Amino acid sequence: MEPGSDEDRTATLEAFADTIVPGVKRFPGDRAIAGVVDDPGAVEAGALELLADPASGVAAGLAPLSQALNGHARAYAERAGLVLDDGVPPFVALDYDHRAALVAELTAPGHPERDGWILLAMFSNMAFDIAPHRHTAEAIAEGHPGLLAIGFAEPNTDGLWRFPDFSYGREFAKRHPNTTESGSPE
Amino acid sequence: MTATESTDVLIIGSGFGGSIAAYHLAAGGAKVTVLERGPWLSAKDFDHDFLLGSSYTRAFDFVAGDGMSVLGGNCVGGGSVVYFAALPRAPRFVFEKQGSIGRRVWPGAVNRDTLDPWYDRVSEVMPVTQQDWNDVTYAGGLWAAACNHSGRTANPVPVGVDATRCTNCNWMMAGCRFDAKQSLLLNYLPAALSHGAEIRPLHEVQKLSRTEDGRYRVHYNLIDEVDYRVSTGSGEIDAKIVVMAAGSAATPPILQRSEETLGAMPHAVGRYFSGNGERLNTAIIDEERAAELLGLRRPNGKAYEANQIGKGPVVACWDFLDASLPEYSRFSMEQLYFPPGLGTVLAQVPDATGPTWFGKEKKEILKRWQSWLTVFLMTEDDNEGVFGPPPPTGNAFRISQQMLGRGTLRYDPTPNTLRGWAAADAEVKEILEKDGLAKVMPWTNDVVGAYTVHPLSSCRIGDDPATSALDDRHELRGHPGIFVTDGSAVPTALTVNPALTIAALAERAIPGIVDAARERGVDVTYGAPLPKAVGSSVARPAA
Repeated sequence: MEPGSDEDRTATLEAFADTIVPGVKRFPGDRAIAGVVDDPGAVEAGALELLADPASGVAAGLAPLSQALNGHARAYAERAGLVLDDGVPPFVALDYDHRAALVAELTAPGHPERDGWILLAMFSNMAFDIAPHRHTAEAIAEGHPGLLAIGFAEPNTDGLWRFPDFSYGREFAKRHPNTTESGSPE
Repeated sequence: MTATESTDVLIIGSGFGGSIAAYHLAAGGAKVTVLERGPWLSAKDFDHDFLLGSSYTRAFDFVAGDGMSVLGGNCVGGGSVVYFAALPRAPRFVFEKQGSIGRRVWPGAVNRDTLDPWYDRVSEVMPVTQQDWNDVTYAGGLWAAACNHSGRTANPVPVGVDATRCTNCNWMMAGCRFDAKQSLLLNYLPAALSHGAEIRPLHEVQKLSRTEDGRYRVHYNLIDEVDYRVSTGSGEIDAKIVVMAAGSAATPPILQRSEETLGAMPHAVGRYFSGNGERLNTAIIDEERAAELLGLRRPNGKAYEANQIGKGPVVACWDFLDASLPEYSRFSMEQLYFPPGLGTVLAQVPDATGPTWFGKEKKEILKRWQSWLTVFLMTEDDNEGVFGPPPPTGNAFRISQQMLGRGTLRYDPTPNTLRGWAAADAEVKEILEKDGLAKVMPWTNDVVGAYTVHPLSSCRIGDDPATSALDDRHELRGHPGIFVTDGSAVPTALTVNPALTIAALAERAIPGIVDAARERGVDVTYGAPLPKAVGSSVARPAA
């Protein structure tokens, strides 16, 4: 991959998103996804689409963040005494555990650049958990991997959620003895 | 050159503080103009959808600071549109707190007895409903059963929810599509409008200055309807009285920006911020243990797996709201629901060998999401928050088109607060891990700092000018004619959900605001009847 190329940047950001919510490799030889689990993660859930969405407000920062991440990966590798495969960006060349360790450092309280890394992490997480780049009912119907994984229930046919079965209907505990007539604490 | 627009009473913000003032002053005969920075949404606009640009991002504000992140409302109706409608009164010991200032923090005139009549008024309007066990959701019932199993009491929480309309969909943070949740769009706001109050959405107040004849000039920006980072114009309105109710995270920056033109602000403006001592814990329920230990069974055969079902918080344990315990050790524990996304990212993996809030092990616990139980702790903090210099506009540097911004609030918990958090965390853990019912972990404070959905105290009432920004009539010290009626006026953490207290204090402040208006020649009286609820949330009038 050409350093600084679009391909480079995409692979780097995919590897970051995969670190937050890991997924299964999309194809043999998929270097961006580490493949430490056997079901889809943030990348297949659409993390990069979400990051590029103008609504998110982070699109302009993706190129600099990708470059910075690879710079940090190079420095990390030197510290750890690792030799990186130079056929892929440095962050992509790290194995999953090293990627996770580096992300933990970059997002830790006190890191001077943490704002950008926290943002990337939050959007990677959201892409998986709630697919904010899609209408939720459609995403579920299309089998969005994150909404399916968390077991988010399907809506009614009108696209709204309702749960008519919602209560055990039993008294489980005594109220506090000092509860006032209005139902508040004394 | 045209004259600047003018009004009698200019109200900043349309949440509890603003709506209550708007109603009483308009009903009393004043000309009232409300400037609200958010959009005007009503029932049909409240989406069941996580797509960016849906109501949950249109109506919500998430501002990450330094050590504290604040969630708040951003729409006509303010916090009442996005809140969980839990409406308890604050326990009487709260009003006697001394905090770290060595004297009673609350003004002498305010205590549970003197506030009760005002609580009564708001309770009649919303209205506040007491729940019975048939209203209590699966998550609430599970929490109550676990409390009981540990020898603790548990209360269904008084709420502002119409049980006949509620579908237990748990989308209420995006606004209630079914008009079951009692927001201000169903009572104070339509009543204010019927008396001639004008509400202007997407008008974000920046600062105040003075006119030559001694009135206040309110400067606002017009905000783009889709991209809140974009301002589409600006304007000014002159007023004899200004009521600030922009919310605890937004009132201080406006006043800070106004120092240049109005002169020095009281020391307490933008200081003593409290996050209501809040934190969350996630329990991952062992479904088999829930069935065996607590006898839980749903019609579909499952013990629980009902995290998604409900109407936010319904059951709380008040055993630690004990006046005989020392300050900083009292707290309530309330079962809650938080939607995925914001409600999952900070949850930590129990017994993690790798990272706790992301990665492989986190993904595994995400798959158990329907078996999660979230418990909300409201403890006593130390009013540690301080606002830095204000951003150029609004209350944050906006990052995304909607919702997400970076603010200037700094928060560093004192040992008092940390001890309170540790004690509350330990109690929740003990209750829910007893006999293997669940594994419990607090949300991490490492990602966006501490977090609160109940920001308070950043422009607070009090008797001591050194540690309060307002007198006990809610007038801004040194700036007659400016009143503050939002959560920033509440002096301390409350150990319970604050909406009813904020509203009661606002009701209590109205006679003083009416007097101040009359002193300035506004023909207004006090004594209008309490508003009656309407059948559907009031929509923006057609142009």
